[in-house]
Amino acid sequence: MTDHMMTPRTAPVDPRDRGGPAQPMLIVDGMKKYFPIRAGVFNRKVAEVKAVDDVSFYVVKGETLGIVGESGCGKSTLARLLMHLIEKDAGELILDGDLVGGSTGVLLDGLRRALQMVFQDSSSSLNPRLPIEQSVAYGPKVQGASGKSAKAQARSLMEKVGLNPNLFGQRYPHELSGGQKQRVNIARALALAPRLLILDEAVSALDKSVEAQVLNLLGDIKKQLNLTYIFISHDLHVVRYISDRVMVMYLGQLVEIGPADQIYEAPKHPYTQALLACRLSMDPEARVDAAPLAGDPPSPVSPPSGCRFHTRCAFVEDVCKAKTPKLGDVLKLSADKHLAACHMVHPDSGHSRAPAHATAA
Amino acid sequence: MNAMTSPDLSQATPHPAPFLRVEDLRVKFVSRDATVRAVNGISFNLERGKVLCVIGESGSGKSVMMRSLLRLHPKKRTVIEGTMMVGEHDIGAVSDRAMTQLRGSLISMVFQEPMTALDPLYTVGDQIAETVRRHEGLSKEAAWARALELLELVRVPSPERRLKAYPHELSGGLRQRAVIAMALSCRPSLLLADEPTTALDASVQIQILVLLRKIQQEMGMSMIFVTHDLGVAAQIADQVAVMYAGRIIEYGNARDVLLNPQHPYTKAMLAATAKDQDRNLPLEAIAGNPPDLRALPDGCSFAPRCKYAGPDCIVTMPPPVTDIRGHMARCFKVEAADGPLAFDERVAEPA
Repeated sequence: MTDHMMTPRTAPVDPRDRGGPAQPMLIVDGMKKYFPIRAGVFNRKVAEVKAVDDVSFYVVKGETLGIVGESGCGKSTLARLLMHLIEKDAGELILDGDLVGGSTGVLLDGLRRALQMVFQDSSSSLNPRLPIEQSVAYGPKVQGASGKSAKAQARSLMEKVGLNPNLFGQRYPHELSGGQKQRVNIARALALAPRLLILDEAVSALDKSVEAQVLNLLGDIKKQLNLTYIFISHDLHVVRYISDRVMVMYLGQLVEIGPADQIYEAPKHPYTQALLACRLSMDPEARVDAAPLAGDPPSPVSPPSGCRFHTRCAFVEDVCKAKTPKLGDVLKLSADKHLAACHMVHPDSGHSRAPAHATAA
Repeated sequence: MNAMTSPDLSQATPHPAPFLRVEDLRVKFVSRDATVRAVNGISFNLERGKVLCVIGESGSGKSVMMRSLLRLHPKKRTVIEGTMMVGEHDIGAVSDRAMTQLRGSLISMVFQEPMTALDPLYTVGDQIAETVRRHEGLSKEAAWARALELLELVRVPSPERRLKAYPHELSGGLRQRAVIAMALSCRPSLLLADEPTTALDASVQIQILVLLRKIQQEMGMSMIFVTHDLGVAAQIADQVAVMYAGRIIEYGNARDVLLNPQHPYTKAMLAATAKDQDRNLPLEAIAGNPPDLRALPDGCSFAPRCKYAGPDCIVTMPPPVTDIRGHMARCFKVEAADGPLAFDERVAEPA
């Protein structure tokens, strides 16, 4: 069973594939979103919330990219930007080799067919007045399928996510448990045969035993339908289990990205290290006496100068306050690339703990 | 079966006078359509200054049990049976007026969602001071001074400014600290915490856990802490009770229950939690859903989902089996011959 597991970069050829198997599913370049804060009589802009500030990354076909970070770090805003649920201020989105938007690029309609999203709150994302079969069939109908074929498709999708369509099809959302509702949401997201699924805290609200069921389901349909996932969660254990690569965000910026095992076993950025230390051990003897991260993240309205983490970092030096550390070439494709935006990682950055010379690039 | 069975856990605990004694607590919600049996016979004791963690999934009755201790359920629709003794107070028998006095001063509660537990129209200081004035009859100035002390106690940075802040002006972590300050305002002897860290980030969750444990030890409070996260239980619990369908199915020292679980449900829940497993293998999920509390199955409630269930399991609810260390499990396949509890899947199979 293990031999045909998800191995990124060698995903099977998909007829919908335009850019070739090595072309990343999604390239995000310099994504920015500043929310204005308006006040005063003339409703003028007085400040900006820098929710997502210059984030670039790519997602390879067939992989699962995990996104972690504290609340307010911009992970959900980023997901909504990718889905075009909110307008971006700057940045480019390249879907399977094609620029999204613009005069020659992929239209929004096409993007929404290729990208689908599953939200955290399973009940508020379902229409309470639609039986779930109709909820699942709604997407295909809007995209032009006949009522009959949309219904047939909905029934087969419900079967795929482990809900018997004869038993559950006519039920309303309030008649289902949390796990079942999340299965419906997954079926609905799959209804347009997307290539990439954005899962924004999709299992966070579920009980542990149900969470495991849904995680297994996500693993199965990923293989069956040749999907790519962006998995956003604050549960570091779940992210490690499901992700091939992980990116860590702090105050709207990407601070570390790399293969999941490397991030978890040898985190480079002090923020990632602290975040990982917040995972709770099952052993009552191994109790934490001091929280690894003190306080809350600073306000994204006026983020700290230089490295945004310097106010909470244990290794802060003058250079951290003065200079913004660079992440490096995020968009250069490489399977085991592990980058961190920290002066301690980059040689000759001026930090006393930085490696002396450019030995490791 | 040569197991040492005892329905009352006090026989297993060495100290004679527990601070909190719950005996055979049953809570039913009656409506025209159905009777929901949310809690089905819970007994446990809690000593002064100890922390009991109640672990269970949604619908296991853990929150209902907590609310019964404060008598927060609607009177007309709820049938509560059994005894609940907190100190010398019999929670089931005291008058409504006396109960109002006990709430907040003897027993206090921290809820899961700090935003809904705070009134959005009053400042944090007003809300903390109100509790103090109500219970201890302090003047407004004295109550505000106490509120300031309390915010310092829960380590809110720049507390003077935060006293005048409205709940929406605080972050989730600070809001939960304010709720904890309010709960501690009259120095309760028993603090009930209903998933106080579930809505928080991992980094803030650990801050709150460290804080709660410190305060609990400093004040010598007893605490019941409800959670569905086993990692949280490991951080804070002295004793752990695992609930399923309104019953405690496993109970014992935190170490025994979390590191050496005996009941199949506790074992399965530990196995189903994602924790550094091989990502190429599926998680060992528990099949099915928890039972409908309107129509509980006879016998062991977990039997329909249990991979070890035999014919006996569907007929009668297994009695508690307790070993000398006080580790209890309700399963036919668990035995305590002379030493610790031991799970043996061959026990009670038909010959």
